[in-house]
Amino acid sequence: MTPGLNHYLVVSALLFCLGLFGVLARRNLIVIYMCLELMLNAANLALVAFSRFNANLNGQVMVFFIITVAAAEVAVGLALIVALYRKRQTAHVEDLTSLRF
Amino acid sequence: MPAFTDLLFYAFAGLALLFGFLCVANPFSRSPVTSAMFLVLTIIALAGLFILLHAFFLAAVQILVYAGAVMVLFLFVIMLLDLKEEDRRKMRGFTIGAGALAVVAIAGILIRAVIAAQPLAQGILVEGETKPLGKLLFTQYLLPFEVMSLLLLVAMVGVILLSKKEIK
Repeated sequence: MTPGLNHYLVVSALLFCLGLFGVLARRNLIVIYMCLELMLNAANLALVAFSRFNANLNGQVMVFFIITVAAAEVAVGLALIVALYRKRQTAHVEDLTSLRF
Repeated sequence: MPAFTDLLFYAFAGLALLFGFLCVANPFSRSPVTSAMFLVLTIIALAGLFILLHAFFLAAVQILVYAGAVMVLFLFVIMLLDLKEEDRRKMRGFTIGAGALAVVAIAGILIRAVIAAQPLAQGILVEGETKPLGKLLFTQYLLPFEVMSLLLLVAMVGVILLSKKEIK
């Protein structure tokens, strides 16, 4: 069966769910961050698929922007994690509970 | 007899999902380095899917920016922080259960939406070649493009500030 839009969307949805599960279940800040990247990539796949099957390039421009923003976001986020680690000597979410009610 | 590109789609999709799973919940290793390596493989498989969707420029950018720059940054930070002693902590049953519940619910909604959607009238398929993409980027999307450069500058300044020794 020739893969159509639906196939790509299912793959994208499953990848997104994998990333979401990682964010919810993993306990290491850096791994959580990587799972966020996985979710962004899944969204990118959906956008490219829509772009291809709707004969419209705007989706690809959007993906281009998402990749740029993700790169900036990773740089800032990792700097935050490093600053946090310097202060607390941990990158484990269960040790970072000072904002917990 | 399915065409070769169809088989490639299934191969890349399967690989992306397999590597994604190994990145998120590797049964053999809790180490962040393993996760990062499998994330690189997932990204490469996704670039293959982009090529199958004729988005050649984005596939190249995906490999260069994600697998190249972003993942190197991740690995640098992992090695900087030396997270070895945290490997042994176990995932708790409650978090896995709650996470799985939320994920299954969202997966159900997404897959249901995809199945219920009206199939698209198969029109012209767009070719994601570099030339039309660049034209669009420098005409219709010129302002967002410039704003993006400003954003990168802001991120750069922010990172330098954040990584100073003393945060006042």
